[in-house]
Amino acid sequence: MNRIDIKLCGVGGQGILSIATVLGEAATLAGLQLKQAEVHGMSQRGGDVQSDLRLSTEPVWSDLIPLGGAGLIVSMEPMEALRYLPYLSPDGVVVTASHPFVNIPDYPEEPALLAELDALPHTVRLDIEAVARENGLPKSANMVLLGMAAPYIGLLSAEQLREAIARVFARKGEAVVQANLQAFDLGLSHSLKTVSK
Amino acid sequence: MSDKRLLLGDEAVALGALHAGLSGVYAYPGTPSTEITEFIQQSPLARERGVRSRWCTNEKTAMEAALGMSYAGKRALVCMKHVGMNVCADAFINAAVTGVKGGLVVLAADDPSMHSSQNEQDSRFYGKFAMVPILEPSSQQEAFDMVAEAFRLSEHFRLPVLMRLVTRLAHSRAAVAVGEPQAQNALAPDDERTRWVLLPGNAKRQYASLIAQQPAIAACAEDSPHNRLDPSGTGELGVIAAGIAYNYVREVLPADVSVLKVSQYPLPARQVRQLAERCGRLLVVEDGQPFVEEQVRALLDADYPVQGRLSGELPRTGELTPDCVAAALGVGGARPFAKAEHLAPRPPQLCQGCGHRDVYTALNRVAAEFPGARIFGDIGCYTLGALPPFRAIDSCVDMGASITMAKGAADAGLRPAIAVIGDSTFTHSGMTGLLDAVNDRSAITVVISDNLTTAMTGGQDSAGTHKYEAICLALGVEREHLHVVVPLPKNMDEITRILREEIAYEGVSVIIPQRECMQTLGRKLRQKKQAK
Repeated sequence: MNRIDIKLCGVGGQGILSIATVLGEAATLAGLQLKQAEVHGMSQRGGDVQSDLRLSTEPVWSDLIPLGGAGLIVSMEPMEALRYLPYLSPDGVVVTASHPFVNIPDYPEEPALLAELDALPHTVRLDIEAVARENGLPKSANMVLLGMAAPYIGLLSAEQLREAIARVFARKGEAVVQANLQAFDLGLSHSLKTVSK
Repeated sequence: MSDKRLLLGDEAVALGALHAGLSGVYAYPGTPSTEITEFIQQSPLARERGVRSRWCTNEKTAMEAALGMSYAGKRALVCMKHVGMNVCADAFINAAVTGVKGGLVVLAADDPSMHSSQNEQDSRFYGKFAMVPILEPSSQQEAFDMVAEAFRLSEHFRLPVLMRLVTRLAHSRAAVAVGEPQAQNALAPDDERTRWVLLPGNAKRQYASLIAQQPAIAACAEDSPHNRLDPSGTGELGVIAAGIAYNYVREVLPADVSVLKVSQYPLPARQVRQLAERCGRLLVVEDGQPFVEEQVRALLDADYPVQGRLSGELPRTGELTPDCVAAALGVGGARPFAKAEHLAPRPPQLCQGCGHRDVYTALNRVAAEFPGARIFGDIGCYTLGALPPFRAIDSCVDMGASITMAKGAADAGLRPAIAVIGDSTFTHSGMTGLLDAVNDRSAITVVISDNLTTAMTGGQDSAGTHKYEAICLALGVEREHLHVVVPLPKNMDEITRILREEIAYEGVSVIIPQRECMQTLGRKLRQKKQAK
């Protein structure tokens, strides 16, 4: 059986549900089984948000990922990536944005936070907002992150993910589709460089 | 033709109801049930068929209107979060006494772990209390299929049928196979007056008939395909898994364990006894309160070992997780990473630019001048005024309780007693309390923080938009003690002056800070831009 459990996380409003939608679309096109638990309601407003996404070639039972089960943590924010550490599997990969989103008074010291992330067995991090901004794609930082995660998903190819991006954003017009594909490719090439090192 | 669609549990219920020939959905927004009605509101099939779907003022008006549609012979769905069952309990319990004509399905979405709620009450108790069939799907596909089944059962027994979801099913997506929609019922009003006029003489007959139906309802659940005993296990442990709990059990199930999957109630007593006879010990796994566990204990000999939330094998509070179920089954997995070191809680907060922020800034400024001041809060985004940086409210209990608690405290002599309530919560359950306060001339200052929407659940229409002044005047609030202000920093002096003056008034005052929700406003602007 082939499967991967992905913990998607961030702060309310950062766009993790769009990442989930693209992954869900790609998995459906690929004929995979999936369950995706989301957070709606009060917890969306500036608070921590997360979504459990489980992909498999076999039926998926639990809507929630067990502790120690996530092959991948994909986070729009570095401290939020650490929040779900107990869910990471022994050989799991953390793919995260590196720029802190500080909206609380007791946010940890940034160097110590990043050092804790880098001390994990497999961490890939990038200032996705800066990359998106510098490339004229300020609204597509989340697709940079998805591109970074792409090589670690296993069950879905980069091409399948690109097709899903095109379908999900189609109703917003071709310019939005192209911006998101470009953002995805930027993230993907960052990870491929990291892997080859 | 069968088509596969990726749907939330809520959306599966909505589409299932539409395919079962629904004619109207009646609901007040409440997490985790909101997406059911929203899906129907946006559905092309619903539009084509003229399915009634506008938001209701509260769960009681929703339940009664749905009963009326059922009386007229058509299929109706009522949706709410678990605490909504408290609001509509009068109508719900009595709808089981009158019975129904067109199928009536009552959908309660429970919120174990209180992700967005103030308690963990389990709606299955309401179904047992009303003595009606209960369905509890374990998956999105079952949610879709069971709605049609619920409508059939409702028309067969001529009773409302309760369907229960929990947050993790309501808000989780999976592929659902969808067939062809069936036709709606024709208009066919009931003419059996003795059934519907619950004068004591009729009510006694109706209640006796409800009791007389119970063996048939129990037999239906006993033979239901939704209650399945898989006795293949050879070990001494048997598991009873209710609703979504079945998924967590299957996730980690050891091969030697027999399982009874329960998704329809009354509890299938014969199958429970069969499982108990095969095994030496039972573990009851259910989300919410120990509804099944208590009944299983009552069914078996006092010394038969029954484990679950009551015995401590599973936690007494909070939603089930694959981890706590695995631990109860003795198959806990590895946990390679401990909690991170550099981590701080990130609670939800009011949006930047939100009008509620200006309301709390003003209230805090004025309340600081009155050492005895208490601010009674209510349910909505503005409940976040309890958290830093505002720490402004002293209570938040149930929909509408701000006004009535302020009134009671003022009656006791507390001054100043201030209530803060949102626009949608005010029409849901605040108006009647305000009338009490007016009739009693209670010394309270009521702030109706009006953002022109039901914001916390995602910006649904609010029943009283543009009518709040008229409503307050009609309830008897005096014109000179009713003020509408715009909550913006530049108006802070005016707002605090009015608050001070009205706090000094020994009677009912109402101040309505009115400014559109930032989220709703932003969404409207984006839609406008896209339309261009």
